[in-house]
Amino acid sequence: MALNVSSIREQFPFLKETVNGHPLIYLDNAASSQKPARVIQRMSRFLESEYANVHRGIHLLSERATAAYEQARVSVGKLLNTPGPEEVVFTRGTTEAVNLVANTWGRENIKAGDTILLTEMEHHSNLLPWMKLAGDTGAKIAFVPVLENGAALDLEAARRLLAAGPKLFAFVHVPNTLGLENPAEQLCQWAAGSGTTTFVDAAQSAGHQPVDVQRMGCDFLATSSHKMCGPSGIGALWGRQELLAAMPPWQYGGEMVDRAYYDKPATFRSHPARFEAGTPAILEAAGWAEAIAFLNDTGLEAIRDHSISLANLAATRLREIDGLRIFGPENRQSGIVTFSIEGVHAHDVAFFANERGLALRAGHHCAQPLMRKLGSPSSSRASFYLYNDTPDVEALVSTLKEAVAFFR
Amino acid sequence: MDNELYQAVLLQHSKKPRNFGPLENPTHAADGHNALCGDEISLALRVEGDTVSDAKFTGSACAICTASASLMTGEIKGLSREAVQTLATNFRHLAIEGTATDVPKKLEVLGGVHQFPQRVKCAVLPWETLATALKTPVA
Repeated sequence: MALNVSSIREQFPFLKETVNGHPLIYLDNAASSQKPARVIQRMSRFLESEYANVHRGIHLLSERATAAYEQARVSVGKLLNTPGPEEVVFTRGTTEAVNLVANTWGRENIKAGDTILLTEMEHHSNLLPWMKLAGDTGAKIAFVPVLENGAALDLEAARRLLAAGPKLFAFVHVPNTLGLENPAEQLCQWAAGSGTTTFVDAAQSAGHQPVDVQRMGCDFLATSSHKMCGPSGIGALWGRQELLAAMPPWQYGGEMVDRAYYDKPATFRSHPARFEAGTPAILEAAGWAEAIAFLNDTGLEAIRDHSISLANLAATRLREIDGLRIFGPENRQSGIVTFSIEGVHAHDVAFFANERGLALRAGHHCAQPLMRKLGSPSSSRASFYLYNDTPDVEALVSTLKEAVAFFR
Repeated sequence: MDNELYQAVLLQHSKKPRNFGPLENPTHAADGHNALCGDEISLALRVEGDTVSDAKFTGSACAICTASASLMTGEIKGLSREAVQTLATNFRHLAIEGTATDVPKKLEVLGGVHQFPQRVKCAVLPWETLATALKTPVA
């Protein structure tokens, strides 16, 4: 079923903004997404009549806040098809979820000489925590290479490297640069065959397409609210129940403790509370749950198909520009199009585009080693989501043609 | 709108930068990069006695950074270390505040960046790299 884009656009207040008299065209969705009115209203209503701290007060507002917070856990669990909501740990975002696993499961399980397998297309967030862990423990890091021009993950190499039985395989489901989707189910199957634990970075995929942890067969998966129409400041880690149950606490304080004493060590609650020390992002949880309801009402498959079809149209039209190189596969597998233009630097492209109301991303996209390997330390990125439409693509193409004429 | 930042002279320097390429027998060198947008430049100097006798740069950078490096390398040739330092400070004021005091006329074309805070770093990067290079003799 196709999206009713004009009805969707009416639900996003940011689209009323203008830049130098131009309508605002937002193509930086891979960095963060905009919020529909119902999420904004939900958060406002929550602050007006439901807000208090969670799991503490025996009073009306605390009960309401706790109910909304725990309902959000259920919503995230359903979005990812987790066996149960108690395996969903709220974090500040995907980055914090990676750091959580690296500092708990990682420190318990990774030993000197072990191999941590990553891919060459990881965001810094799914790269640096593991490199730190490897540095501290004496483990080795190996990378599954990307094929020429970032067209795909080298699956032959992945299969071979996984057969060697690395301790952990952490990989991105949908990378933020290449416009492709990794075959997560296949990769997890190979990993499981070698007893390798898998960690999936789903920051760009959850909320943009159906994501099912049971079908995927992974052991851990992390995502963020802000890229799927929810507020920033909250994300989630899902882990298999037996893995979470064996993990030590990470941060200490209120909420995660069971019994505390002056004269002997404290005892701690089980997951998810064990990993949620301190007052969590309560308001943001309520907002995220509303965003998930909005995405479900709209249809995740339809959202994916719409984003990919705009990205394909953009890629086809951008190839008309002489000297423009698009990274990744021939046909888009996600709503992301990253490109470089010979003789025109990405920072100038983004600046020029902004003057005409277009929000693009320029730079290394938090994937410095990958962009270096692809021979493009700085590139531009247009990323599409449910509120973008065909005129956005036309504006992108005509603006880039103007930019080339201006700078080259 | 674009013209406030990308003046014609500036575009000429970004399209055909002066002093672009490797320098033979450099005495000092440094690399500079801007993590925000991916500007990367390498600067090489020949310092004879107390004087910067030659300067060239390579790398891949945006129009503002490239033009700034092009203009800078032209201006510093023949200057003493102290004069280079003073000029660097004055240029910083120009880029951040838009006020030109004791700055060669040619460099004033970069004064427009002060209206665009995200672009100040692009204009200043070559000068920051220069400060590092002057402290970094080639081994």
